[in-house]
Amino acid sequence: MAILELKNIYKTYNHTKEYKGEILDNINLSIEEGEFVAIVGFSGSGKTTLVNMVNGLLKPTEGEVLFKQKPVTGTSHERGVIFQNYSLLPWLTVYQNIDVAIQQAFPKASKQEKDVRVKEHIEMVGLTHATNKRPKELSGGMRQRVSVARALSMNPEMIIMDEPLGALDALTRGNLQDEILRIWETSKRTALLITNDVDEAIYMADRIIPLNPGPKATLGPEFKVNIERPRDKTSLNDNPEYKKTRNQIMEYLMDLGEQQAAQSTVEYELPEIQPKDFRWHSK
Amino acid sequence: MKDSIIRITKMIGLGFLEPVIRLIHKEDPQKNIREIFRKIIAPIASIIIFVFLWNSGANALFNSLSTSKIEKARDVGGDKEAERVAKLIQSAKEKLNGEFIISEDPADLKALENNNVYAVAIAKEDGSYDIKSGLTPAEKKEVPVTLPSPFQTKNAFYTLLIDYKVVRANKASFKEKTFEMNKKRVANGKKAITYTGRPSFVDQIKTSLKTVFAGFLLALFIAVPIGIIVGLSKTLRGSISWIIQIFKPVSPVVWLLLVTMIVTTLLRNSDSDSSFIISFISVGLCSMWATLVNTAMGVASVNTDYINVAEVLKLKPLQKITKVVLPASLPLIFTGLRITLSVAWMVLIAIELLAQSPGLGSFVWEEFQNGANDSNSKIIVAMFVIGLIGFALDRIMLFIQGLISFEKETI
Repeated sequence: MAILELKNIYKTYNHTKEYKGEILDNINLSIEEGEFVAIVGFSGSGKTTLVNMVNGLLKPTEGEVLFKQKPVTGTSHERGVIFQNYSLLPWLTVYQNIDVAIQQAFPKASKQEKDVRVKEHIEMVGLTHATNKRPKELSGGMRQRVSVARALSMNPEMIIMDEPLGALDALTRGNLQDEILRIWETSKRTALLITNDVDEAIYMADRIIPLNPGPKATLGPEFKVNIERPRDKTSLNDNPEYKKTRNQIMEYLMDLGEQQAAQSTVEYELPEIQPKDFRWHSK
Repeated sequence: MKDSIIRITKMIGLGFLEPVIRLIHKEDPQKNIREIFRKIIAPIASIIIFVFLWNSGANALFNSLSTSKIEKARDVGGDKEAERVAKLIQSAKEKLNGEFIISEDPADLKALENNNVYAVAIAKEDGSYDIKSGLTPAEKKEVPVTLPSPFQTKNAFYTLLIDYKVVRANKASFKEKTFEMNKKRVANGKKAITYTGRPSFVDQIKTSLKTVFAGFLLALFIAVPIGIIVGLSKTLRGSISWIIQIFKPVSPVVWLLLVTMIVTTLLRNSDSDSSFIISFISVGLCSMWATLVNTAMGVASVNTDYINVAEVLKLKPLQKITKVVLPASLPLIFTGLRITLSVAWMVLIAIELLAQSPGLGSFVWEEFQNGANDSNSKIIVAMFVIGLIGFALDRIMLFIQGLISFEKETI
């Protein structure tokens, strides 16, 4: 049974006559419970808009987002969000950042239970030594770990990740990928990953769906990743299935890129104007 | 050890000592000597140049006024009179710029016979002082009163200091005398008799600080909540901005008059200190605009990432304000409060001067009206005190801002 369904989503910003601002069109997607789905797309194709509609920060102009068969009307603790830029509150320590989330998600729990829960999640992402540090004192990777812990601490049924590792260096990125996978495998939550990195998508997801670049972005055909878990990063490169999937997706995306380039080769006629020096005429 | 000393000196505003501390620890001598020159020697040199220019300017004014006084005397009483006045002015000038002797030994009064002693203060047993001026009445009559020199200002500073001690001693003896009587009065349900004598310069400073803090707190409690509400609602921002735009540039004098109109009507039957109430409300109203504008701007421009977090965590509206919006806009609010405090201090002097409420402003005005030989010097002393207190207030705000704010870069 699908836990999340997107039906005929159409989204536009600032609709005016000249500028339609159409971001997404005809988006249909269904995610099963426990599934790990990745959406891959070029930057600027509307990935964040799509994900914000799933987590409830935005409403579709037309169409419906269904979570457990019920329309999404706002944010919910059932869907934990990991933002691209960490979005930690800089005036709070690691402990307090997670505590804020837990206070909201478990208002009835006793003080001690909350405390245990906060510490548990800090430990889960291996930051016990940094419990009382502020985000400013942490590295990018550590900050994103806090963000992961915060999202998971609310015990969501689904984790939504909006390019969570985009701003990290390759090594930290690899580590965090493993960590997120480990957490996902132990709790078997549904996961939606937005990324621009095909390798990351193949390594982590069960199913990959490209997002065709906008305006009026639509979802492309889906690619299943039939590689057994747990996946091993080092041997993955030699896996024929990996190579095949990667080639297919790359080919598809390259084609898209070329099409878009071809579309935008309209030549504009520029007026012939000589630059003039205005510096001494400013009076 | 060294780093913590440097951190502490920076925290209390003595950051210019950093190169000295580093030099003592034999760290990069060349660079630190250069730094010492830049941070310590150059500022001291600028102070010396400032005092020198001030002194020569004051001297020039004094001399020009003396010449015309002497000429006037010549017109009235001939060459003999002119010579007498010139002599008096010459000796008075030496005394004005001379020493101020503070001593416990009455024998030091003999020093007054010297030409270079401004005054002698002899300590009494009760903490009070006997002050004898070096200037004779004849000298006082003839000496030109104009911009005081740095030395005269120094002497005025000592005069005010001794005067403070005298008033303090007076108060203490008054308290002692009335202690038993006040006890009885209070027991009989009457009001205790309080000291109503002349306030000292330090009392004036205390009153001014009290007024400025009351005004500042008023501004804080009006401007911050309104700023938050205005910042949160676009509609309100649009509808209220004309008030801010129009009333922000209104002069302190007009605020004072407006507040006087209202307060005197409201307090017509009360015997409370209306001049204090009027001045602190005026100060608050004049100075609150910076905080109001900054708070509204800070609240309106909170990073959307933080707002998204608040949404995703499903914070309730009030929690959203206390946990996300307020902390995020705290740096801007504090910048506003800093401006408010410095404006409040600046405006206070003018308002006290006009409202006749006690404080530094009325001190300056009374001295100006008084026109005694040392009045001008006392005004200059007050000027420096006002400047230094304003500077200290700003430093305190900066320090608190540094403690509270999460963005260390803003310091």
